[in-house]
Amino acid sequence: MHALALLAASVTVIGATMVITRKVAVHAVLYLVATMLGLAALLVMLGGSFAAMLEIIIYAGAIMVLFVFVIMMLNLGQPDSAREKEWLRPHVWLGPGVLAAIICAELLYCIVPLSDSVPSVVPITAHDVGLSLFGRYVLMVELASFLLLAGLVAAFHIGRNRVEDR
Amino acid sequence: MPVFSFNDTLLLATVLFSVGLAGVLVRRNMIFMLMSLDIMLNAAALVFVGAGARWHDAAGQVMFLLILALAAVETAVGLAIILCLHARGRPTLDADTGNLLQG
Amino acid sequence: MGEILLPLLILSPLAASEILFISAGRISARAVGTVACAGVGLSAVISIVLSVLLLSGPATGLLQATLWPWMHIAGFSADIAFMLDRISMVMILVVTIVGLLIHIYAASYMRDDPGVARFFGCMTLFVASMLVLVLASDLLCLFIGWEGVGLCSYLLIGFWYDNPVNTAAARKAFYMTRMGDTAFLCGLLLLATAVGSLHIDTVLAAVTNGQIAPSALNMAALFILIGALAKSAQIPFQTWLPDAMAGPTPTSALIHAATMVTAGVYLIARLHDLFAQAAPVMALTAVLGALTILMGACTALVQSDLKRILAWSTISQLGYMFLALGCGVWQAALFHLMTHAFFKALLFLTAGAIIVRTHHEQDIFRLGGLRHTMPGLTAAFVTGASALAGLPLVTAGFYSKEMILSGVWPAHFRLTHELTLNGHFLWGMALLGAFLTALYIFRCVFIVFFGKSGTTTRGQTSRLMTIPLGCLCVLSLCGGIIEMPTTFPPLHLFSALLDPAASHSHADEPGWLVLAGAVVPLAGLAVAWVLWGRPSPVMREMPGQAVVIRFARTGEGIDMLYDRLFVQPFRFLTWLTRHDILDYIITGTGRLTRTASTSVLRARTDFLGTLTLWGTSGIRETDRLLGQIQNGRVRWYAAWIAGGLSAGLAMAMLS
Repeated sequence: MHALALLAASVTVIGATMVITRKVAVHAVLYLVATMLGLAALLVMLGGSFAAMLEIIIYAGAIMVLFVFVIMMLNLGQPDSAREKEWLRPHVWLGPGVLAAIICAELLYCIVPLSDSVPSVVPITAHDVGLSLFGRYVLMVELASFLLLAGLVAAFHIGRNRVEDR
Repeated sequence: MPVFSFNDTLLLATVLFSVGLAGVLVRRNMIFMLMSLDIMLNAAALVFVGAGARWHDAAGQVMFLLILALAAVETAVGLAIILCLHARGRPTLDADTGNLLQG
Repeated sequence: MGEILLPLLILSPLAASEILFISAGRISARAVGTVACAGVGLSAVISIVLSVLLLSGPATGLLQATLWPWMHIAGFSADIAFMLDRISMVMILVVTIVGLLIHIYAASYMRDDPGVARFFGCMTLFVASMLVLVLASDLLCLFIGWEGVGLCSYLLIGFWYDNPVNTAAARKAFYMTRMGDTAFLCGLLLLATAVGSLHIDTVLAAVTNGQIAPSALNMAALFILIGALAKSAQIPFQTWLPDAMAGPTPTSALIHAATMVTAGVYLIARLHDLFAQAAPVMALTAVLGALTILMGACTALVQSDLKRILAWSTISQLGYMFLALGCGVWQAALFHLMTHAFFKALLFLTAGAIIVRTHHEQDIFRLGGLRHTMPGLTAAFVTGASALAGLPLVTAGFYSKEMILSGVWPAHFRLTHELTLNGHFLWGMALLGAFLTALYIFRCVFIVFFGKSGTTTRGQTSRLMTIPLGCLCVLSLCGGIIEMPTTFPPLHLFSALLDPAASHSHADEPGWLVLAGAVVPLAGLAVAWVLWGRPSPVMREMPGQAVVIRFARTGEGIDMLYDRLFVQPFRFLTWLTRHDILDYIITGTGRLTRTASTSVLRARTDFLGTLTLWGTSGIRETDRLLGQIQNGRVRWYAAWIAGGLSAGLAMAMLS
């Protein structure tokens, strides 16, 4: 394997591990951005440069900004990180860690190694994706738009400032 | 020989998924749970793109797009819920305090 | 020419609507009225030009305009496409011309309302949606208009949203029509899967070629019929229309009398080739129509609210159209649709003018003697009432009703081999309905305009309001002479217009049919005169205590029936889910084991007792554990999902 690929993969995994172990939320967000960037590099190597761009623009850009905004609005402080520390004592990790490790092992066991290797990576361009997206999968696009609309309405409704309710 | 084969992709995705799963299970703070969910979704998306590259099919990236939409909706609604709970005067973001569905 | 004018016909009211919505609150009421009238007026001019274009072409010619392809996927395609043929020509003329008259009237009627821009925005949007509905050459495109008119109806019924009663009425209308819309959509999906396109010509060609299985055809026709019934407020969906009178009166005239409620009639007339192949559905249409005639007329006879009388009368008149559709004489249904649009709009607008001038008094028993204070409105209302009753020779209603009656008489339905339904029976019902129609509308006339005066009146009906009333009066009187009954001079312009190929020989039709149709309204008028009209009337008010009267006054208790049939069971279901039965079972089991364990504890002295103690405590522990599983914590649930996943994977690995 290429050294660059190894580097990106390790950035991704280590970033993800850091995300779930941080005590301060903003740090976790920054590590998550690093994870996304590593993943985007991997996607480029897989030939999906369009997907990589979307990963950076939408995930690392838009969704992470959402997180940052919410964390800013929540106004977390010193007591919160202390409480996080309280919640993250080692014995808490035991059960979930074992469960995740079991699933990881099982999934790895279930992967059937493919011996035939594809000669070279043929990039799948945005053009191909667009043709497929608005050809065979046009109904999927409609459904996704419904989903986004529903999410919009739900977020608006939940986040509405209900002065009269209090 | 590609730089990053499909087997490696699956391996990485599995590890990433497990890390995310552990995060969901272990963290009590809802923001961290959402981030861990995003990691899991990314792992799934990675498999789709990898499979698309392996079989030269644009459908993989189409699925990646759909997962992106799903993640955006999930994050938006989740964060709206967090903000709403916070605005209602709930002191912590502890997911375990919301247990009204208790049997 | 037609390709440009057809979209423009819809675009003109749509543009007016957009302008009004965007500029709401910034321009004066006068400007609002001008913009709305200009939008609809332009569209009326275009529709006249289009009609001239269409009529100057060949008899079977039509104008088409395909704007853009909507969706093309494997096995199905739909376009945004419009088509003008002779059926839709009649409809666009009715919609735009009656719409224009009502808009002119409303410009004066709604002048002082603070929400006038919103009102006219909705009204022009309604006209645009109705034109989409009428012109669409694709059923899916038609569905856009179908939903659009439903939306505008909802918005306008709840126009004065300060009053919860109005919003409740709006919601009721929306829900009731929505049920029909769902059925309509089901019918469309059936047709789409069978044909692969919802283009009306394609569908009808497939039907006539026998490409669709009879069962699918019948189901599709039934579903479409249900949609039409709900839109047109026929049995069993009739309850929303009387409540819809909560909206402003021009709304009632335009949407709930002249155009939107006739959308169902138009739809079935449009698809008459499809319905002709579905004989059971046709019979059902005819029977429901006939029942609705009688029910609407009987209910209108005991109402005391002026607008509600007119609403029930609309339901009853729509019943005539459905009866005609069911008997296959769709030309008669369209003819009645047209004349009904004229005289019912006239009646509603006159009623609105009366209500405004009598300080919003709608109870007919508190009105009275208006003949002296407002002679012009009296003349207009009597004209409309005569047309509604179908007084022979001088009114439009007579000719259209006569056409329906003579079409119903020879109809017969073969339901099964033994069971046939004869048209004579339905004819009798329709004739009885005609009698009742004359009775209830002249009851209203005599109580409101004759007798001693009840209320004080004010002001004068403005010029802007009298012009549309005058036009509608003329149309109500003369709009019918383009189609004569068979025994009269052979003048069949309307049916020749719609169906140039059809012959008009009803040789087997007895001459006394026309006579009966002419005499019955006069008889109704005479009875109404005896009962309510003479200087010392037989009765002022129906005896209210009689059970049957009270029953009829509440609309035959259908609302209550629906409440019992649908609302209460639903409430019960929600109650059930709120008080979770499984929860009770688990709690009950726990309580049972606890009781058992305490009773066993009492007898724990002996060895057996101790053994059972272990047993019961074990059960209790299990119960507690099971209870703990359901602890309401998201993380635990996630952990259980993960555990299940790992167990499933393990099974997959081992197998």
